[in-house]
Amino acid sequence: MLETKQKTIYEEALSRGISRRDFLKMCTALAATMGLSFKNSDKVVHAMETNKRVPVIWLEFQSCSGCSESFIRSTHPKAESVLLDMISLEYSEVLSAAAGHQVEEAKHNTFKQYPGEYVLVVEGSIPGDEFTTVSGKPARAVLEEAAKNCKFVITYGSCASWGGLPAAKPNPTGAVPVTDVVKDKPVVLVPGCPPIAEVMTGVIAHVITFGAVPELDRFGRPKAFYRHRIHDKCNRRAYFDSGLFAESFDDVGAKQGYCLYKLGCAGPTTYSACPEMRWNGGTSYPIQSGNPCIGCTEKNFWDNGPFFARRAKIMGTQTTINPDKVGLAVAGAAVAGVAAHAGITAAMKKKEKNGSEERGE
Amino acid sequence: MAERIIVDPVSRIEGHLRIEADIQGGKIAKAYSSGTAVRGIELIVRDRDPRDVWAYVQRICGVCTSSHALASIRTVEDALDIKVPQNANLIRNIMNEALFLHDHVVHFYHLHAFDWVDVVDALKADPKETSKIAQSISDWPNSSPGYFTEVQNRVKKVVESGQLGIFANGYWGHPEYKLPPEVNLLAVAHYLEALDWQKEIVKIQTIFGGKNPHPHYVVGGMATPLDINSDNGIHAERLMHVSQLIDQGREFVKKVYIPDLLAIGSYYKGWTYGGGLNNYLVYGDFPTGDIRDAKTFRVPRGVILNGNLKEIRDVDLKDPKQVQEFIDHSYYTYDGQDKGGKHPFEGETTFNYTGPKPPYKQLNVNEKYSWIKAPRWKEQPMETGPLARIMVGYASGRPEYVNLVNDTLKKLNVPMGALHSALGRTVARGLETLLISDWMRNDMDQLLKNVKNGDQNTFDRSKWEPETWPKNAKGAGWMEAPRGSLAHWIEIENQKVKNYQAVVPTTWNASPLDHKGNNGAYEASLQNTPVADPNKPLEILRIVHSFDPCLACAVHLTDLENQESTQIKIG
Repeated sequence: MLETKQKTIYEEALSRGISRRDFLKMCTALAATMGLSFKNSDKVVHAMETNKRVPVIWLEFQSCSGCSESFIRSTHPKAESVLLDMISLEYSEVLSAAAGHQVEEAKHNTFKQYPGEYVLVVEGSIPGDEFTTVSGKPARAVLEEAAKNCKFVITYGSCASWGGLPAAKPNPTGAVPVTDVVKDKPVVLVPGCPPIAEVMTGVIAHVITFGAVPELDRFGRPKAFYRHRIHDKCNRRAYFDSGLFAESFDDVGAKQGYCLYKLGCAGPTTYSACPEMRWNGGTSYPIQSGNPCIGCTEKNFWDNGPFFARRAKIMGTQTTINPDKVGLAVAGAAVAGVAAHAGITAAMKKKEKNGSEERGE
Repeated sequence: MAERIIVDPVSRIEGHLRIEADIQGGKIAKAYSSGTAVRGIELIVRDRDPRDVWAYVQRICGVCTSSHALASIRTVEDALDIKVPQNANLIRNIMNEALFLHDHVVHFYHLHAFDWVDVVDALKADPKETSKIAQSISDWPNSSPGYFTEVQNRVKKVVESGQLGIFANGYWGHPEYKLPPEVNLLAVAHYLEALDWQKEIVKIQTIFGGKNPHPHYVVGGMATPLDINSDNGIHAERLMHVSQLIDQGREFVKKVYIPDLLAIGSYYKGWTYGGGLNNYLVYGDFPTGDIRDAKTFRVPRGVILNGNLKEIRDVDLKDPKQVQEFIDHSYYTYDGQDKGGKHPFEGETTFNYTGPKPPYKQLNVNEKYSWIKAPRWKEQPMETGPLARIMVGYASGRPEYVNLVNDTLKKLNVPMGALHSALGRTVARGLETLLISDWMRNDMDQLLKNVKNGDQNTFDRSKWEPETWPKNAKGAGWMEAPRGSLAHWIEIENQKVKNYQAVVPTTWNASPLDHKGNNGAYEASLQNTPVADPNKPLEILRIVHSFDPCLACAVHLTDLENQESTQIKIG
């Protein structure tokens, strides 16, 4: 668990044996170097005594920057508010104003200034040493150095979380996920290609608002965003249950919103918040826009294709319909599933009824 | 004696770029561009279903997110001779146009602005003066003194907190920053506004393709369920949402991006460095008809050599003598040899890292020094991207290009030759955004007209089933991406990908030396630029950023044609 309260810069200074008098001098000097007039130095003092944004280092390795791009699409919280009010993004190859040794220096300052406090974000997988270098150093060494004193790690995207596309067969560069390199720190996996913007900022907001990393499932994913399969909450689910399937893109069924299972949809085996939160401020998600899910939050999804062939195996207990036998007599496991489902529904109805009676309605 | 300066990582770009430059007498004598990361995506797509490839290669880049997907489906459709319905072409155009608006605005404010704009200096501004300036250049409503005061306080709070975050260690106070504090504040305000705006325009891709980044595509058309009388279809509400987003996008471009660009540009027009090759390559795109009919392109196709606008040469992607990739200074071998060039249909790419063992301090630029290959057109280095498109459009005599360019040159009071520069590239990017924002409206109006006339088709299923394909097929597909001309080449055999190659805008622009010792576009554009402070090479960032580098795009590839041990079989 994380501490709820973080040290302010003033507390940090005190803990390092700096007196209040020296601290005030430092603030005045800082105000001067920032080009602020002397009368503003009290504001600097106030800020350093009270405000503290969570320092974040964001490393990119074998990535496409799609995760960085998704992050800045966030609607609530807005990216601007995340960057200016919630976190202090000390190192980002996409957004940092500084470059070269100055941005490297900013990173190293963060290591020194906030040991055990900064959050390490990783985007992209980690290959053999010659296949990715940053500032002349191999990716693995850059990651190890940054992970050493971080508070915990967030892996944004399927590449950092599972290996992703670079690790798809035949994995030409020997790409591995972050958890193959970082063994002694908590790692929060936020898979997706990319993950939904609000899932990304949601994990950060959770940490800041509740002072703890969110509850994780057995793979290390936050339960708040990865508990359910897309199939469970799909807007086309009723058609699946009724046995109504689109047979081709742009056919009558596709236009009516019938289930895309026969066109390759991986929704039944994919754990993601897509149907609930949807994308880009709740605008849509692939299935709503007529496209079968490719399962991009799942481990090794790139090697589970082909994408447009029906492939997801659905257990009888998870469905009430057998897509192979629509219109024919349903048999076997599917029947058992229907029976079980019917039984549960009946029991629940009975319970509701009893409840009503007890309340005297 | 030359002093070698190194910028690695180059930030505010996509991917991993390293620039090494030799400074002599305060100027860049020689510059070297190196891509320092590779993934091998072309190898990964081999032996897979050609209808799936768009999804894999789309992940070449998450910034120009839809570009590679569109290039890929066009490539497969070319190989299989599929013609998509007009509505599919319109939806694809609209999605690409939305990408251009997003990408160019984000590039200007979030990736490039800090090469011209001093954030810390903005704290000294008088917000009332900023307001006057803002109102004099545009009627965009967020322009009151109170508005700019609030933005200034916002930034002040960050600076005063001592946690500068993304602003930490910038080159603030560098003598090459020329804007008055009030204009700096204007730009910072719009940095934040654009950050908010950019998340809206991409919703066009979300409505048609389900998500952004990385929307979905389908070989044969679009899966978008166009049906105005279905509650699950793309109906009036969805179409009006797109329409509204288009109008909001155009308004932001016209009232914020372009006025800011010209205002900032006017302070820097004396800084004429960063031109470079003066060779420009454009494949062309935004067809009103079939993509294979170049006559219907609104971005015309062509090559310009040595800045000679009087002559436009034609481009043929399937001609083995035109586009070739050379590896003389790149970490690859061809047929076991460490040099030479190949057309993408014959393309071979085998990793052979011969650079210094990491960690390293300096590259050996006399040998191989990059994961980027060196593509050449008829063995000549080319620049591709917004400036190339504006040059070819202008040289083609297209009135909308000619008028826009002439008006802009007049406003800035500079000659045509001034466009061959870093600033020219940045201005060209803005100008084409204006053109494209108008085409986006036209394409949407046409789509609405088709629907009104009863045409709601978006997909051609005649060649969907692999049984309908020939045993062998080859194809090339292209598109104009925000950073330049992008093409993919495919060979299909027995319903699977046999060979796949992509030659990408940043591969052209960021390429290392070739077999003749010619520099790529970045390297050429950096030469002879004065560097005021070698410890803070703002000028290098300015020039390199003017190309909008996308390194994951540039280095995406490989194909180990002759290596049995790495062959993959699926199924």
